[in-house]
Amino acid sequence: MKKITYREAIREALREAMQKDRRVFLMGEDVGRYGGAYACSKGLLEEFGPERVRDTPLSEGTFVGAGIGAALGGMRPIVEVMTVNFSLLALDQIVNNAATLRHMSGGQFSVPLVIRMATGAGRQVAAQHSHSLEGWYAHVPGIRVLAPATVTDAKGMLLSAAFREPDPVIIFEHAFLYPLEGEIDETIDPVDLEKAAVRRQGSDITLITYGGSLWKCIEAADRLASIGIDAEVLDLRVLRPLDTETIFASVAKTHRAVIVDEMWRTGSFAAEISARIMEGAFYDLDGPVARVCSAEVPIPYAKHLEEAALPQVDTIVKTAQEMVQSHG
Amino acid sequence: MTTLPGRDHARTLLRQMLRIRRFEEKSAELYTKGKIRGFLHLYIGEEAVAVGAMQALTSEDAVVATYREHGHALARGMAMGPLMAELYGKANGCSRGRGGSMHFYDAGRRFYGGYAIVGEGLPVAVGLALADQMQKRSAITACFFGDGAVAEGEFHESLNLAALWKLPVLFLCENNLYAMGTALHRHQSQIDIAHKAEAYGIANTAVDGMDVLAVKEATRRAVEFIRVGGGPFLLETRTYRFRAHSMYDPELYRAKEEVEAWKQRDPIVTFTARLQKEGQLDETDLKKMEAAVDAEVAEAVAFAEAGPWEPVEDLTKDVTSPRAEE
Ligand SMILES: Cc1ncc(C[n+]2csc(CCOP(=O)(O)OP(=O)(O)O)c2C)c(N)n1
Ligand SMILES: [Mg+2]
Repeated sequence: MKKITYREAIREALREAMQKDRRVFLMGEDVGRYGGAYACSKGLLEEFGPERVRDTPLSEGTFVGAGIGAALGGMRPIVEVMTVNFSLLALDQIVNNAATLRHMSGGQFSVPLVIRMATGAGRQVAAQHSHSLEGWYAHVPGIRVLAPATVTDAKGMLLSAAFREPDPVIIFEHAFLYPLEGEIDETIDPVDLEKAAVRRQGSDITLITYGGSLWKCIEAADRLASIGIDAEVLDLRVLRPLDTETIFASVAKTHRAVIVDEMWRTGSFAAEISARIMEGAFYDLDGPVARVCSAEVPIPYAKHLEEAALPQVDTIVKTAQEMVQSHG
Repeated sequence: MTTLPGRDHARTLLRQMLRIRRFEEKSAELYTKGKIRGFLHLYIGEEAVAVGAMQALTSEDAVVATYREHGHALARGMAMGPLMAELYGKANGCSRGRGGSMHFYDAGRRFYGGYAIVGEGLPVAVGLALADQMQKRSAITACFFGDGAVAEGEFHESLNLAALWKLPVLFLCENNLYAMGTALHRHQSQIDIAHKAEAYGIANTAVDGMDVLAVKEATRRAVEFIRVGGGPFLLETRTYRFRAHSMYDPELYRAKEEVEAWKQRDPIVTFTARLQKEGQLDETDLKKMEAAVDAEVAEAVAFAEAGPWEPVEDLTKDVTSPRAEE
């Protein structure tokens, strides 16, 4: 075992993918000389050269589209789009193109393209750098949407996506997680890209979450434990296709669910999870599903306002506590 | 004026253009009969561009086209039957009925479709060329798009990126003077499209798109330039669409006289006349050729009529690829 950061885990995965498969290459804004906006690709240019670590111009639609073309042409590109906010300039290529080509061509083509991007708020970078739009992408058939929340998943999911995924994959890296440290084996096997994971076992209530909010839920569960509430924490990991089985199994056990999601409540990913629970596990519930989401406001700069806008441990604890007390 | 190629090749060019024309005339007829639905964008009037340009490509090269791509698909060598079946939405269509008129594909011929979002194909072409370059293949990618696409950011971004990385892309603009109902001078501050390539240091030419030999020759030169490592090339073909933008267009935006004037330059009529004048085609040859093309179209219709519908159980098949065992 060794201790590395989430950022280093991504770097290790990028390195291993490029070492083992000649078809893999990295492109995006500032992935080379700058080392990546979040320093994930630091040192890779020196190691692999400019042919395989490609700095692109600020042309999100075009370099994502070029990733699609390169994938069609037999490569396995990994494209970094600095943040989900900027990915909106590439939305057309992702939604209209990458996601449709296989079906629309009657199965003739597949697009083995990995797109990585940072997501999420909490760093006081205001409304144009703090979006959480994972659910928008998870809405679209034809792409796989991943949200690694742990160091092992940061490395393993990227490796599995790069080596084994035949279709477009979008990986959301919560910007808050990059400095997170975790224990990881020297070498890891590819991880599963299908299943949700129970990160903490519990019997009274299930906190369902993904990405950056996982750690808030773990902390909330610890606090709940101190007041006698045994919370299970379920990390969705894969937002499309959704592993409803694991969600239902947990709800069947705890009979209560709180969904924690940094998207805005209206049309959030949490809304989808809630609907699935209604459809598939309604009679297991002791009371209504609750959601802790971001306030309906462009994420503000000032620290106290930003904190008020985002799901916080306090809110999660309070919501869970009320639920257990009112539906005991 | 361009000199005629050998007799056989000249006839091939004519026959290819005629195949596109007749295929589309039949499609329009079938549309009014309700056999074909959705959007149907006809290429009639522009046949010299696809036919002339395709002559310069090899089977290794890749092709990216637009939603107005019947002509490109036929000129690339796709069989007529699966194309007509695709217009019908049948399972024996080239995209199993999932794409329709705007989304023809043929992996075997490196025909990558069929993009219905204006400008969207250009980045894909850049990526295909990048893949070829990285894999040390000598193939080039030919990317067809309209004058309307030139207003999209992706046109400029793609030219920049292709030039920056010296990628083997032939950007081929089919300037038919209109983006739907908006005339070129109403959507471009600089109407000389080829000239725009200068901003990116890209070699460029404009050519008469109504003259199949001129297009062929210009494309040959452009492709030669690209193949020897010159980087991308922008070829502007000046052409004209004789029919409506799609089947729903009352053509309020242009004068009948203008259309008639361009029809005087019909690429098929003028090329036929030239072949006849220079003694390479007599009336009997022409009749034979027309009869053969009509028979091919009739067979394509029969193929489409006879084709099965994709079973509804297969609705979601191929949304994603089959997965290797975990
Ligand atoms: C991004 C986008 N905007 C608008 C449309 C609607 N539309 C379809 S074709 C077209 C005109 C395109 O003109 P041009 O590129 O010159 O091609 P042409 O139809 O003349 O071949 C428009 C506006 C579209 N399909 N995609
Ligand atoms: Mg046009």
